[in-house]
Amino acid sequence: MNDIIKILQQNARISNTALGEMLGITAEEAAAQIENLEKSGVIKGYSVIVDDDLYDKSTVYATIELKVTPQRDCGFDDIAKTIMMYDEVESVSLMSSGAYDLAVEVKGNNLKDVAFFVSERLATIDGILSTSTHFILKKYKEKGIFIDCEEHDERGLC
Amino acid sequence: MIDYDKVLSSKIKSIKPSGIRKFFDIAGTMEDVISLGVGEPDFNTPWAIRKSAIQVLERKHIIYGPNKGIAPLRNTISAHIEKKHGIKYDPDKEIIVTVGGSEAIDLTVRGLLDPGDEVLVVEPCFVCYAPLVELAGGVPVSVPTRIENNFKLTLEDFKDKITERTKLLILPFPNNPTGAVMTRKDLEPIAEFIRDTDIMVLTDEIYSELTYGMKHFSIIELEGMKERTIYVNGFSKAYAMTGWRLGYVTAPAPIISQISKIHQYGIMCSPFISQNAAVEALTACDAEVAKMVDEYNIRRRYLVGEFNRLGLTCFNPEGAFYVFPCIKSTGLTSEEFCERLLFEERVAAVPGSAFGESGEGYMRISYAYSLKHLMEAIKRIEKFLKKLESENES
Repeated sequence: MNDIIKILQQNARISNTALGEMLGITAEEAAAQIENLEKSGVIKGYSVIVDDDLYDKSTVYATIELKVTPQRDCGFDDIAKTIMMYDEVESVSLMSSGAYDLAVEVKGNNLKDVAFFVSERLATIDGILSTSTHFILKKYKEKGIFIDCEEHDERGLC
Repeated sequence: MIDYDKVLSSKIKSIKPSGIRKFFDIAGTMEDVISLGVGEPDFNTPWAIRKSAIQVLERKHIIYGPNKGIAPLRNTISAHIEKKHGIKYDPDKEIIVTVGGSEAIDLTVRGLLDPGDEVLVVEPCFVCYAPLVELAGGVPVSVPTRIENNFKLTLEDFKDKITERTKLLILPFPNNPTGAVMTRKDLEPIAEFIRDTDIMVLTDEIYSELTYGMKHFSIIELEGMKERTIYVNGFSKAYAMTGWRLGYVTAPAPIISQISKIHQYGIMCSPFISQNAAVEALTACDAEVAKMVDEYNIRRRYLVGEFNRLGLTCFNPEGAFYVFPCIKSTGLTSEEFCERLLFEERVAAVPGSAFGESGEGYMRISYAYSLKHLMEAIKRIEKFLKKLESENES
C-alpha cells in the first residue's frame, strides 16, 4: 500500500512536514503527492471519527439489508445512486452475499426517524424487494481506530 | 533474625541493578505518562507463528526436548544463517538454542572467562554485558564509541585497551541504544587486527533483521572470523517474539560442546512450544518482518527529522528501533534531562548514561510505538524544550 495513504488513514490531520519526515521527502513533495492523489480521485475526502456516546448519545445508526431487482444494463448502480443521495445515508455497498444485495448504513436522530426513513423512503423505491433493519447498539472500532477502549500497554522496560 | 547481608554472596551484592529499571519504577507510579522506554516490539507475534504454537499444544506431547534444542529448529537456524551470510554451521555440533539472546550471552562469557580475564565491552550498549562478565569472574573494560564515527566501533577505539588478559570483544551491532550499524567496510580492519590475536568475538546480532536501507552484514562473513566468533541471535526483536524466550548461539564445535554443559545443568532446554513455533518464524515470515521493518522505518525517519528540527541533534541510525538524540545543547545531564522531562511533561525516555559513560549527553528513544503515540511525545518534548529555553534566557 502507498505509504502516504497508510499514514493518512491513521491520522489525516498530520502536517506536511511530519508526513515528509516519515517518508523521507520534503514537506512540499508530500503536499504535491497528496494533491495528485486528490486530483486523480484516489483520495475522496477526509472525515472525523467520533465517539457518539460522548458527543451525541441520541444519534442512532442502523444497517439496512436491501434485496433489489437488478435492472437491465446497469445492474444495481441506478438504485444505489438513488439511495446514496439521501442525507440520512452514511454508506452504500453492493454485497456478494446472496441473502441480500445492498448494505446501507443510515444515521438518524432517534429510532423512529430511522424506522420511518426505511419504510417510507427506502422500501418504496422501485426495484427494492425487501428491507431488513439492524440497529447498531455500540461501536467498538471504526476505520482502524478504537472507540470503546483505550489501548493498554503491558510491556515492561528491558 | 537472619542477617541476609551475610547470607548473600559479596559478588552478587556488588552488581548494580539496571539503570533502565530504576528510572522506570518511578514512571510506573505516575498517571498519564507517555513512555518511549521499552525495548520490545509493539507488534504482536505474526499469526502464522502463534497458529503453529496452538497446533503444537493440540497435537504434541510437551516434553523437555534435547538440551541443544529440537533438531528441526537447529536445522532451520543453520539454513537461515547460510542463506543470510553464506556461512554454514553444523546443526549438531555448532548450534545451541537458548532462552533468549540474554542466556546466549551469559553462556558465552561463563564458558570463556577465567577469573581476571578482560572483556572489551563496546559502549554505549545494552545493560547486561558488564554485569554478566563480572558474575562470570571477568573484568569488563569499557570501549566508548563516538558520535564523530556515528557510534561505530573503530580499531583505534580499542587497540590501546588490549592487554595479555584480553579474551573477548563484545560487538553489539545493530546497536541498542544508538541504532548504529557496522558495514563490511567498518568491520574489515577490526577483523584483520583480531585475526592476529587470540581474542574471540561475541557478536550480538539480535537486531540483525531490523536495518533500514541496507542489508545487515555479519563479521562471521569475513575470512577467518567464523572460527574466532561466537554468534548470538534470537527471535524476540525481528519476529516480535519477546515473551517466547528464544535465542541461539552458533560457534565452533569445541565452544558449543563446553557451553552447552552450563545450559544443560542450569536450564535443561529452551521452551518446547516456542522452539516448534520458531521454525515457522524462520521459514514463513519474511513478508511479515518486511512489513514491520517498513513501519519502523516510517517512525525512524519521523523521529530523526523531528529531533533535528527541535535542535536535539540526532544522527541517522540505520538499525534496531531506537534513536539517540543529543541533549547537550540544553546544558543538562542525561539524568537531569530525563528526570525533568518525566516529572514536568510526563514523557519517559532512558538517559543515555544508563548504557555506559559514553552515552552521557544523549537519551534513548524507542520507536516501538504507534505514530500517534510518538507524535504526542514529540509535542510534549517540544513544550519542555521551549520551557528550558525561556528558563535559560531569564
